[in-house]
Amino acid sequence: MSDLIKMTATEIAALVAGGETSAVEVTQAHLDRIAAVDDRVHAFLHVDTEGALAAARAVDERRAAGEELGPLAGVPVAVKDVLATRGVPTTVGSKILEGWRPPYDATIVQRLREAGTVMLGKTNMDEFAMGSSTEYSAYGPTHNPWDLSRIPGGSGGGSAAALAAYEAPLAIGSDTGGSIRQPGAVTGTVGAKPTYGGTSRYGLVAFSSSLDTPGPCARTVLDAAVLHQVIGGHDPRDSTSIPQPVPDVVAAAKLGAIGDLTGVRLGIVTEFVGEGAEPGVMAAFRESVDALTKMGAEVVEVSCPTFAYALPAYYLIAPSECSSNLARFDGVRFGLRVGDDGNRSLEEVMSLTREAGFGPEVKRRIMIGTYALSSGYYDAYYGQAQKVRTLITRDFNAAFERVDALISPTTPSVAFPMGARTADPYQMYLADLYTIPTNLYGGPGISVPCGLSEGLPVGLQVMAPTMADDRMYRVAAALESAVGTFTPPAL
Amino acid sequence: MTTTLPAYDEVVARYEPVIGLETHVELGTNTKMFCGCPTDFGGEPNTRVCPVCLGLPGSLPVANKAAIEAIIRIGLALNCSIAEWCRFARKNYFYPDMPKNFQISQYDEPICVDGFLDVEVGGETVRIEIERVHLEEDTGKTLHVGGATGRIHGATESLVDYNRAGIPLVEIVTKPITGTGALAPDVAKAYVAELRDVIRTLGVSDVRMEEGSLRCDVNTSLNLPGAEWGTRTETKNVNSLRSVERAVRSEMLRQASVLDAGGRITQETRHFHEDTGDTTPGRSKETATDYRYFPEPDLVPIAPDPAWVAELKAALPELPRVHRRRLQEQWGLSDLDMQSVLNAGAVELIEATVAAGTTPAAARKWWLGELSRRANESGVELAEIGATPAQVAELQGLVDAGKLNDKMARTVLEGVVDGEGSPTEIMTNRGLEVVSDTGALTAAVDEAIAANPGIADKIRSGKVAAVGALVGAVMKTTRGQADAKTLRELILERLGVQG
Repeated sequence: MSDLIKMTATEIAALVAGGETSAVEVTQAHLDRIAAVDDRVHAFLHVDTEGALAAARAVDERRAAGEELGPLAGVPVAVKDVLATRGVPTTVGSKILEGWRPPYDATIVQRLREAGTVMLGKTNMDEFAMGSSTEYSAYGPTHNPWDLSRIPGGSGGGSAAALAAYEAPLAIGSDTGGSIRQPGAVTGTVGAKPTYGGTSRYGLVAFSSSLDTPGPCARTVLDAAVLHQVIGGHDPRDSTSIPQPVPDVVAAAKLGAIGDLTGVRLGIVTEFVGEGAEPGVMAAFRESVDALTKMGAEVVEVSCPTFAYALPAYYLIAPSECSSNLARFDGVRFGLRVGDDGNRSLEEVMSLTREAGFGPEVKRRIMIGTYALSSGYYDAYYGQAQKVRTLITRDFNAAFERVDALISPTTPSVAFPMGARTADPYQMYLADLYTIPTNLYGGPGISVPCGLSEGLPVGLQVMAPTMADDRMYRVAAALESAVGTFTPPAL
Repeated sequence: MTTTLPAYDEVVARYEPVIGLETHVELGTNTKMFCGCPTDFGGEPNTRVCPVCLGLPGSLPVANKAAIEAIIRIGLALNCSIAEWCRFARKNYFYPDMPKNFQISQYDEPICVDGFLDVEVGGETVRIEIERVHLEEDTGKTLHVGGATGRIHGATESLVDYNRAGIPLVEIVTKPITGTGALAPDVAKAYVAELRDVIRTLGVSDVRMEEGSLRCDVNTSLNLPGAEWGTRTETKNVNSLRSVERAVRSEMLRQASVLDAGGRITQETRHFHEDTGDTTPGRSKETATDYRYFPEPDLVPIAPDPAWVAELKAALPELPRVHRRRLQEQWGLSDLDMQSVLNAGAVELIEATVAAGTTPAAARKWWLGELSRRANESGVELAEIGATPAQVAELQGLVDAGKLNDKMARTVLEGVVDGEGSPTEIMTNRGLEVVSDTGALTAAVDEAIAANPGIADKIRSGKVAAVGALVGAVMKTTRGQADAKTLRELILERLGVQG
């Protein structure tokens, strides 16, 4: 039984398809694991035991009836609480949505169900995906399975920790500025941010519409690719979804796993290997570069000078969009309502609801965004940030004329101790320094474990041109074949 | 208000009005602007809703192509340039009938710009410049219950119906209209009427002001001749063509009285009241709301293919102005006659009556005569009078067949307007048919000749004009149910005189 939880998704799917185990057995093993460790990890906000077992039984029945099963049938998945799940609580880590059960499924959740995966439950996150440590969850932080006193990254710390703690073999995250990749890096797991528009946002509770990208989280590159293939592709319900097939990321991951990168040109982002990163992180990164070179990759340095402005541009664009996206949380139609005692005006009830329902980081960003969009300041802030975004895109385009993919450390440091940065928002923001440019550009990025520093995982990021998600999977799989996977100490 | 308003003539002698109109038109697409919910009017509250138009967390809008096609056709009909690339924008403000607390609209990149619409006022053509035509989503409707007025003040509860939320709305904004002087109220009305006709011709909306599918806000200001434009007010809740005219006129009078007294006009929203014809102040716009517009990131830009736009332009139907010219020619009307048809709002009614087989002259006679009189009496639009073109054509058919004379036909028409049924039914039910039984009529004629020997002799001696007296006598005995022309011939025949 305990073997089942250590298996990859691909292995589990094969066993289920071959009848060597049942989806129910696999699901029960993971539910047992959650029951055993999640009081310490707190990866989940909601465990849907009944729903999961029912979905597993359905897969077993379909198999028994001789129906053809999809590539992930019977494989448990943990879903970040940012995605709407029909009838299953969806809080976005916020008090303002406590108890809300959506009447509809996000497109990705629908695709997961159609593929026969088993949704175990909803994972913890920084409130409204705003944060890099999952400490801003209104329901308490998630702990890093490598060291329970440290953060698991954020905002998708719940999904990443669930993987590292063997509570789930697959998870869904969402990446607005690094929320899939940075948690992947600090938990020793794989996290991929697809091309913007490559995965549907329909049903993803919006933080920053032009940046939010849902994507796969797994313990291996191949598993991430298979999950990516299942959830990706055009969705007519998302106007920004790209009407093209998903690049063949599974084939690319398999190709990469051979360990041959002959003819592949990689560019190290000069600006991201300077003084900002911890020495241990840089050491692991340099060793990985050597490994990539040994496999035949041609590695050069590429300067992307505008990346230095990515963080400030991001912290204008994302809050601006969030100030508008979060306006609908007013207590009128769903979620929390405070102060409706029959004597207060609508405006007062709205204010009291938002005052009580939003946490400090969310309020900070709503205020920044409201200010940045104000008449008279719009051009200087939001307008200027959009110009920076264009310049960053130009840097990416220029770089991709020289190299096939860019690489960097995923995040400047290993998992930091809980509470270390909550007092200083700017220090918290720096955790996403290397991941944010990709979001502003819209291309894909993946974090793959590349080594340890002081016993804690380090991630390497591969960034590729838009709709060339397959390239990053190839490079990541090659690196994984060279450095192996990393197992946290037993919980 | 106890101030005495100045006379209109004096106002326009002293001040020059500048007006501007913002018109909202609900498109008649099958589905809403950004989701697949149906758009039909009515329906139990909150039954035509989904996660998208309720603004539920995670939902996303997708633009309705039919709505984009409709607005491009409106823009083309209004002689606008169609943007090759434009975006939706979010207009942010908190209001419970707006599910997302922002409205998806357009801001600095409207899809149609710089057009015009020619309207006719008092025989003159006035060109109204169109600044922009843009697309947005409608809001829900708030109902305040428990209070005396139905307004939020004093209400114990507010209920919101989101059926209307997300219905595609086209906003058409004119440039400031200057130089119309005393005619300003008529120009405003003529513009809205012409706009309504254009949109109806395009078939993209039913443009019913009473159901709110066409809504109008009227901006009005006054300035001294040669001086800068005055401060304007925006009058909302103007829900009929007549109200458009009244609202402008009433606001001109009110502003003039304020200015005459040395006061200044407050920039504000005012509400028009159908019953009194007055406007009262709404919320002040002195401190402008900051809507924090920014491009809608959930929607891709609109970039209509120029070839498609050219196709739409080529396929535009004959527009009302051209159509009217053609009808005027076909009906053989002078400009003045056509103007009275227009003023009566009778063009389409006459056209439909003619299409049902009546001559233009007869159709015009009924609609401009009897029916217009009735419409004026009851204060309704001619089209709402209760008689249809088909019924008028049927009535005229009965006249042409000699079954009704003119007087009887008018009585039957009264019955039609009063909802008694079709002209034939009313004729039968009221026993109004012309006496065409020649036996009975001949007897009545002979009786009349015998009773009036003096008159009969006059006719026999060649004074044929005297036949009228005998016609009158027979009409009296048959209670008017004889056809005057037939009767006249019969009398002459009985007297052996050539008519």
